Amino acid sequence: MSTVERDKAKAGSNGNGKPYKVIGTRPIRHDGVDKVTGRAKYGADIHPTGLIYGVVLRSPHAHAKIKSIDVSKALALPGVRAVVTHKDLREPGDRILELGEGAVNLRELSNNVLAADKVLYKGHAVAAIAADTIHIAEEAAGLIKVDYEILPSVLDVEAAMNSGAPLLHANLFTDELGQKATQPSNVAKHFRFETGEIEKGFAKAKLVIEREFRTATVHQGYIEPHNATALWNADGHITVWTSTQGAFSVRQQVAELVDVPISHVKVIPMEIGGGFGGKIRVYLEPVAAILSKRTGRPVKVLMNRADVFEGTGPTPGSYIRVKLGVDAQGMITAGQAYMAYEAGGYPGSPIGAGAMCIFACYNIPNGRIDGYDVVVNKPQTSAYRAPGATNAAFALETVVDEICTQLKLDPLEFRLKNAAREGTRRVDGPVFPRVGMIESVEAIQSSEHWKTPLTGKNRGRGVASGFWFNCGLKSAVSATVNPDGNVSLVEGSTDIGGSRTGIAMQLAETLGIAAEDVIPTVGDTDSVGYNDITGGSRVTFATGYAAYEAARDIQRQMVGRAAQLWEVDPSQVTCEQGSFIGPEGKKFTFKELAALVNKTGEPVVGRGSVDPEGCGGAFATHVVDVEVDPETGKVQILRYTASQDVGTAIHPSYVEGQIQGGAVQGIGWGLNEEYFYDAQGTMKNATFLDYRIPTCYDLPFIDTIIVEVPNPGHPYGVRGVGEVPIIPPPAALANAIAQAVGVRMTQLPMSPPRVLHEILAKKS
Amino acid sequence: MRDFEYEAPASIAEAVQVLGRHNGAARPLAGGTDLIDQIRVGRHQPGVVVDIKKIPELNVLELSAAGLRLGAAVPCYKVYGDPKISAAYAALADSAQIIGGIQIQSRASIGGNLCNSGPAADSTPSLIALEAIAVIAGPAGKREVAVENFCTGPGKNVLQPGEFLVELKFPARPPHSGSHYRRFIPRNEMDIAVVGVGASVVLDEKGEKFVSARIGLGAVGPIPYFVQEAGQRLAGQPVSEATIEKAAQAARDMARPIDDMRGTKEFRLHVTGVLTRRVIEEAVKRARQ
Amino acid sequence: MAKKRIVSTTINGRQVELLCEPRQTLLEVLRDTLDLTGTKEGCSNGNCGACTVLMNGRPVVSCLVLAVEAEGATLETIEGVAPVDGLDPVQQAFLENAALQCGICTPGFIMSTKALLNENPDPTEHDVRFYLSGNLCRCTGYDKIVRAVLDSAQKRKKAVAAK
Repeated sequence: MSTVERDKAKAGSNGNGKPYKVIGTRPIRHDGVDKVTGRAKYGADIHPTGLIYGVVLRSPHAHAKIKSIDVSKALALPGVRAVVTHKDLREPGDRILELGEGAVNLRELSNNVLAADKVLYKGHAVAAIAADTIHIAEEAAGLIKVDYEILPSVLDVEAAMNSGAPLLHANLFTDELGQKATQPSNVAKHFRFETGEIEKGFAKAKLVIEREFRTATVHQGYIEPHNATALWNADGHITVWTSTQGAFSVRQQVAELVDVPISHVKVIPMEIGGGFGGKIRVYLEPVAAILSKRTGRPVKVLMNRADVFEGTGPTPGSYIRVKLGVDAQGMITAGQAYMAYEAGGYPGSPIGAGAMCIFACYNIPNGRIDGYDVVVNKPQTSAYRAPGATNAAFALETVVDEICTQLKLDPLEFRLKNAAREGTRRVDGPVFPRVGMIESVEAIQSSEHWKTPLTGKNRGRGVASGFWFNCGLKSAVSATVNPDGNVSLVEGSTDIGGSRTGIAMQLAETLGIAAEDVIPTVGDTDSVGYNDITGGSRVTFATGYAAYEAARDIQRQMVGRAAQLWEVDPSQVTCEQGSFIGPEGKKFTFKELAALVNKTGEPVVGRGSVDPEGCGGAFATHVVDVEVDPETGKVQILRYTASQDVGTAIHPSYVEGQIQGGAVQGIGWGLNEEYFYDAQGTMKNATFLDYRIPTCYDLPFIDTIIVEVPNPGHPYGVRGVGEVPIIPPPAALANAIAQAVGVRMTQLPMSPPRVLHEILAKKS
Repeated sequence: MRDFEYEAPASIAEAVQVLGRHNGAARPLAGGTDLIDQIRVGRHQPGVVVDIKKIPELNVLELSAAGLRLGAAVPCYKVYGDPKISAAYAALADSAQIIGGIQIQSRASIGGNLCNSGPAADSTPSLIALEAIAVIAGPAGKREVAVENFCTGPGKNVLQPGEFLVELKFPARPPHSGSHYRRFIPRNEMDIAVVGVGASVVLDEKGEKFVSARIGLGAVGPIPYFVQEAGQRLAGQPVSEATIEKAAQAARDMARPIDDMRGTKEFRLHVTGVLTRRVIEEAVKRARQ
Repeated sequence: MAKKRIVSTTINGRQVELLCEPRQTLLEVLRDTLDLTGTKEGCSNGNCGACTVLMNGRPVVSCLVLAVEAEGATLETIEGVAPVDGLDPVQQAFLENAALQCGICTPGFIMSTKALLNENPDPTEHDVRFYLSGNLCRCTGYDKIVRAVLDSAQKRKKAVAAK
């Protein structure tokens, strides 16, 4: 990749100067008109000929054995065409499938799609019906008789870890620091990361603070419910239309669960109404497929909002204990964390990522992190925007703030002193390359917001930082040069937030053409090379990288064509700002040469296929001003500024959008969002009325500061952007509340009853 | 959704007949913003949905010297959209503009909010404060019930099978009166009240003494409460922090809150006092204007 | 099962007669019977605003309207917003301000914005936030949506002035 090396230097040296024509501009997104006119087709909008409807019956119990399922009455209802249960899926065995942002055990995935002998949470899918209308299917669901033996349930991570807690899996033996335990328990795994000498580190400290934190289960909260439509054709080939973050991932999961070769499944990714990590694992797709097999008709299965809350991936509730030591100079001497995350019904919480992130913003010379993955009777957790990191940052950044308050240190200065930088070793081992933690803090330091003193009663200002790895993974695109000089780009990354345009802009930049001259399409699994999921903040980085490679490929071919036409050696032709320059003043603009391509030889089709290392981690620092009503505990956000190292902002509007959206999800998590359960394990607030995501009336404008520390691992210096902004808000809010009314919140959400409780407790 | 029939009678007599014919299996539909969802989730399973919006009397919205007549099907936006009604019956307008979002207010009616009889209904405390009378039609003709006696339990009320609410009648507002409704919610909109307080006060000419006051409380018991004791503690007393605090204490004493997903008992009790005080203060301010 | 009803209504300026069951919501009929899938389903109980349409000029959540109630009504959906030869100023403002990410909430926001500007052609930021609080967006943090709505108001004023 010598071209990369060359461009790397270019990007690095022009981090501020911006040598780019397209990158850094704000073109209207290519799919924009379809999305403001209602023409864009999302998963639920597909309507193939002969469509019938499916409904999933879900468990009313949090934990129960399924003794029998009687479907006879449901089948007898006129209009019902098929009923399926776990038996209609393949039993795939205990194999691990990597989904891109976390792996799944196929046996557990299959059991999560339709429960076999046991339901592990209320909302667990048990059976599915296909009928002529959705209403008939719903009625039929009510006619299925499931005989349950109700078992005691356990919902809370601490309770689940107690000996004597109800066991979810009789065959789950803790992986205890690499050793299998001899007694079953709900703790799937206990691991440890360590660096330096923890006791010595704490001994050197002038101040050591240790605190406990608890965070509630929260949901990704995408507005579009899950959906899947499938047609199992007579030739054994299956077409699946669905809203997913990864068409290829769905293809693989469906093939495994319904037992067909992978190439017999074609997944057509529809427009997707939000995912945030929650639309990676399959729920409905295999069900729609087997219902279609049984009925010979295309079958559409939709979730309603309660299904989404009760049946799909929340992010874990957690218990975290943090201990941090600081010396007289304000340098961290040691850090220790005990972290237990709820995995839901099956193992697999994002505890690993949480543990790797908790201390990552700082240089921790002596550190120890113990992580626990714990099963509870709640829906199987899924990835949610920087999975695991927000819980961790809430705990750590609150302790950091308390230390700063006690030692009278400026919280930004403290961060600058202790910031992770190039060469800092994370507690779990890796050493940072060039990263932008310091720059993200400095950006806040020099912001108008920070420089403007906050005045008024019951008001406080809080800051917090966050780190997320981002990831690379595999992407492939192809690009065809059209005779009018436009380029059609086929990519395989579902576009959740304008990524078509971000990718097209990188192709355009490389070719020296306008963003509007690229026509991007998201292809299905038969139309484009393999692509990993849209997740891990990887698409603008990795698929953009593939587009860059495709553009280079096009350039090579066009240089060859120009040379052929001019009858010179290709080495005599160069590309400059979108034109091809030959000897003796010979020149083709991109459009001129494009017009000749098909008249003079084979079509020009560029391909880019990458699996890049060096995605480059992202750091963010946020500052928030709040006012707390001391009589009700309600927190009002007055002002919010988020700074983030984004590497290079390809389309600044959508970079700002990611930061703003992530910050607001973090605000929701911090202030009001939570799964509220009754003693029987029923979620009492499975609606958007009582699961309170922020509305626009709860918020001010969210100011953003884009910091650009180009990523040496990408030709244009791109870093992933999407995930890290969700991490700092809960801690920043907690720190602001502490300043406003003098109470330290250690539990999420910091809802009015909790804040008021602390205020009243402090008074008395 | 479960199957049901739909009828849309054009007169009160016809509606009484239709409802009577189905013997309790029929459910009146006004704005539908509660009912349609309740049918969807199976909480109500009516055989017939009776759309009452085509009956002229249920669409009356009339302000006169005698007071206010508010037809049971009049959507919220028409209430707060009328500046004269909003000025005179401010608590009612306060309620109307925070029930759901704008889209809900296009359809939802105050009458429906009352008949749904949720303990946290945003309009009921205002109706209590403003002395509303529920006019009910049924097989035995019309009858009237003071609003504070309308709800009998969560989702339950005095309506008998075959009966439905026709309108709400409000007495004329006395001079030097003011009213206000406020609720506590965790977000700033789109929430169900964790505590709701409606208050109406009448002051003397100088605006220094309470002549009378009525306080309605929501979301702190199985039904919305009329806190008579609070009014009694205010009547004849000077407008002062101390008197208002006594009324707030009366509200706290009457509250019987529960712990649920919207708030804790501790929280609701405390906030009942805080909100009662703030609502009375605002009502006083309005009365003085 | 209840008999199907014929409902006569005007949708996006055209007379439409449709057949529906009493239990079908307006949202279901728009999407599944009339293939007007621009109106989105997010929660089916009136809390997210994704299914907002205008009914007799007022914004309503079509998941909480029975299709039979549309008899004689005038309905406007997202499909009817753009003129033949381009986009409505509100749509243009949403594009220019990058006010959408996934786009699922966008039709609902545009319909609510149309209703807002019909009532209040020159709203403040506060007016916008209050009026649109019945429309949920999980992607944008609302910043660019609110800016787009304020910008739409300016665009509309200009368009009116130009006429």
